Amino acid sequence: MTIPLDSAAKLLGLLASGELTARQATQASLDRIAATDPEVGAFTFVNTEAALAAADSIDQRRRDGQPLGALAGVPIAVKDVLCTTDMPTTCSSRMLEKHMSPYDATVVARLRAADAVIVGKTNMDEFAMGASTETSAFGKTTNPWNPSLTPGGSSGGAAACVAAGDVPLSLGSDTGGSIRQPAAFCGITGLKPTYGRVSRYGLIAFASSLDQVGPMAFDAVDCATLLNAIAGVDASDSTSLPVETPDFTAGLDRIEGELRIGIVKHHLEAEGLDPEVRQAVDDAIEVFRDAGAKIVEVELPHSDYWVPTYYVIAPSEASSNLSRYDGAHYGHRSPVAASEAGDRGPLVATYCRSRGEAFGAEVKRRIMIGMYALSAGYGDKYYVKALQVRRLIRQDFDSAFQNVDLLLGPVTPTPPFAMGEKIDDPLQMYLCDLFTVGANLAGIPALSMPGGLTSNNLPIGIQLQAPPLQEAKLLQAAAAFQRATDWHTKRPL
Amino acid sequence: MLSVDQPYEIVIGLEVHVQLRTTTKLFCRCATQFGAPPNTNVCPVCLGMPGALPVINEHAVQLALQTGLALGSTIPPMTKWDRKQYFYPDLPKGYQISQFDLPICDGGHLTIADPADESQTRTIRLIRAHLEEDAGKSMHDEANGRADSRIDLNRCGTPLLEIVSQPDMRSAAEAKAFLTELKLLLTYLDVSDCEMQEGSLRVDANVNLKIEKAGDTIATPIVEIKNMNSFRAVERAIAHEAQRQYHEWEETGLTIKDRTKRTFGWDDAAERTVPQREKEEAADYRYLPDPDLLPICLSVETVEATRVALAEFPAVARQRLQSDYEIKAYDADVIVNQGRGVVEYFEAVAKGSGDARRASSWIQQDVLRTMKEQGKGIADFAVSADTLAELLGQVSAGKLDNARARDVFQHLLEKRGSVAEAIKALGIESVDAGEIESLCQELLDANPQVVEDVRGGKMQAIGSLIGQAKKKNPNVNPKQFREICLQLIQSAG
Repeated sequence: MTIPLDSAAKLLGLLASGELTARQATQASLDRIAATDPEVGAFTFVNTEAALAAADSIDQRRRDGQPLGALAGVPIAVKDVLCTTDMPTTCSSRMLEKHMSPYDATVVARLRAADAVIVGKTNMDEFAMGASTETSAFGKTTNPWNPSLTPGGSSGGAAACVAAGDVPLSLGSDTGGSIRQPAAFCGITGLKPTYGRVSRYGLIAFASSLDQVGPMAFDAVDCATLLNAIAGVDASDSTSLPVETPDFTAGLDRIEGELRIGIVKHHLEAEGLDPEVRQAVDDAIEVFRDAGAKIVEVELPHSDYWVPTYYVIAPSEASSNLSRYDGAHYGHRSPVAASEAGDRGPLVATYCRSRGEAFGAEVKRRIMIGMYALSAGYGDKYYVKALQVRRLIRQDFDSAFQNVDLLLGPVTPTPPFAMGEKIDDPLQMYLCDLFTVGANLAGIPALSMPGGLTSNNLPIGIQLQAPPLQEAKLLQAAAAFQRATDWHTKRPL
Repeated sequence: MLSVDQPYEIVIGLEVHVQLRTTTKLFCRCATQFGAPPNTNVCPVCLGMPGALPVINEHAVQLALQTGLALGSTIPPMTKWDRKQYFYPDLPKGYQISQFDLPICDGGHLTIADPADESQTRTIRLIRAHLEEDAGKSMHDEANGRADSRIDLNRCGTPLLEIVSQPDMRSAAEAKAFLTELKLLLTYLDVSDCEMQEGSLRVDANVNLKIEKAGDTIATPIVEIKNMNSFRAVERAIAHEAQRQYHEWEETGLTIKDRTKRTFGWDDAAERTVPQREKEEAADYRYLPDPDLLPICLSVETVEATRVALAEFPAVARQRLQSDYEIKAYDADVIVNQGRGVVEYFEAVAKGSGDARRASSWIQQDVLRTMKEQGKGIADFAVSADTLAELLGQVSAGKLDNARARDVFQHLLEKRGSVAEAIKALGIESVDAGEIESLCQELLDANPQVVEDVRGGKMQAIGSLIGQAKKKNPNVNPKQFREICLQLIQSAG
């Protein structure tokens, strides 16, 4: 029997009917990883024995007739930004190369409670800073569609391992587009939930007010199943929202009521928007129009400020969040520092050396930007101003959503780009977030789904955005689109 | 306060760090208990482990609110959390969660007795009081040429309220009076145990001088004396620092305009203030609002309910004891300054004995002296308020004289038990009037000179007979003996 590692729904059916054991599913996933990962490099750690043991325990409990969680026996990969007690948690940084977290992130604990089988941790841009997974300290991840291309970032490993058929599900994190952009580049579906919908406890912080954990899978239905398992208020995260968690898988077979879809003309005419991406967006509009949706033009007047605002707020928070890596308590401590203390004294030498040795260039760059933006005399000019603009951006979305249910547009300005193409040009790299950062600044949910292929057979993503807490609407629309199209079934050759 | 000895005025502002009396830390559930083995009361949150998030302890907010209301502060409708960034090995996150521009308590004041004239009061204004987490403790062991530093993070996250005064104090004695009254208020409110040797109350003093010279007022540069943990240290440090600043000014002529604030420590053994390592540049804390914590909105109802439920303040207690019990201001002061336990004890004894003045005098003399000798608090005092009330009631009723009452008191201190048991054990019996009369007659007959003196108007001559009477019968009431003797002399006259 072919084990369908590209669908959690199918796997769950086979597992429930007894046609497949969790051990078989897990072994198939591990075998597939062994076959693909030497080229793709999606994993920083594969937890073979623990995964098989978990699978065996699930099979045993199923045989004993005990109740099982909603993801029982489904292999899943977790971005290495999420804390796990049984695997290293490195953030793909030398700083945390050997870090074993003493606790599980809330989402990881919820996956375990749902009896998902966590097969490993996935590669990412260092501390989730990047759009290509090239800034990982532990090697690059390649795009399964073409190894000379990047898988996007920072959840590049989480996207690539799904695209490569290693696992049907993975968890990513999205600070400025880090789930949606790699999902678009790898031809899968990814959802950044409303800020606060999913607990951040145990998600190693990049920019706390923007970070959000979310599901990645081939289609909207699987994303909904995974979101069900991880969403919900958490007493350990003050910013998690005290709201009911609906069943996101319910009602995915239809769209309730009239669907009004907003188009931001300004984005479709943006400089640098690739014509093939533009065409895919136009085609997606037609798909929704054919399905009876009303298409409405809306404006987001402050969208030109998204990227600059993001690149003040995110590095500011990052510079603060990353100050805990000082070589004193955990993580990398320079062995050289003590011997060369000099005038600075051993303490300052330890700080400087440890941080200097263990952080990569992009992380250092953002720490410097953040320190500058928060420093005396500049805090008001940059950081406080950015917070004010952020409020206007949120207001833009609020006004737009007065008239429409969802916004539709591109995820990325271009299809997947080549390894090394932008790594030495940070500004070009930052522009990859052009269409995605708005949702993070506003805290709204947003989804990326496959919407076409380029002439070179590369995936193109379509973004849907919704008002706060309207994930169900996003998933409904994406599921409707995926019934009408087959882009999400395309696989790398 | 200019004089020949002191040709300057001292200007003092205090920053008092008070550890709030919560059982758990400010942002996690770890115990705040003092004296636990190093690094045992810690968790991922207070250790600043990657991915961990703070969750506010509402009890700490409540205690801060009570304190602010008692100090007459304004409670803003919204207060928020900020990160204060600096690198230090006992600060595991690289930032301290504190409050920057919107503290929980704004303004306020504390009225103290003027140490220069006890009949006058002085009002010391407050700038603010804000909540923050404590840092850990570094222990430096430089013995044997080694330079080991050990870090205990048990204290990390302990809730502190930092109360900041205006520079309104003009002498070391005033600073001490302020601290004494503040500590008394905090213990009355039960918001802190104020155990200074355990670091529950720590003081920084900002000190400079105003020197009159040729009609001009010259201000010396400000020095902050850090981290003093006894009132004696504060008083002596300020006194020493004033002298030091005066001499420095005489030597250098530097004024506040020439020099930024410096940080000094107090060397208790050497009895001098010593400069701490100067920072190369001014500290830039790069404050930012903590994105992991929501602002706290305190409703008018919450604030008012807290105000209504506040415990009695010492200043109010002083007034009430004077009016309710008709004791002198001085006596009320002594009792109130002993803390709420002694006030409650006094009230019980005053009510139970029906003789408030006797209660006041016994407590001030016998009870407080014994407590001091035994080094015990009122809660552990051997003679309960009810017992003492009964004893004093008997004195007031003339059944016991003061000397015999003291014997009973002493017996109760040693053996406990009831007043009746003590009287029985001491063999105290009431002596009938006839018996006393014959004893009087006997002694008067034996001492004609005394009779002569009394007739000559020297009433106190009888005193010499009282001792003899007590020797013959220890149960004789001296007052009664004296009255009967006088009657006998008169009737014989």
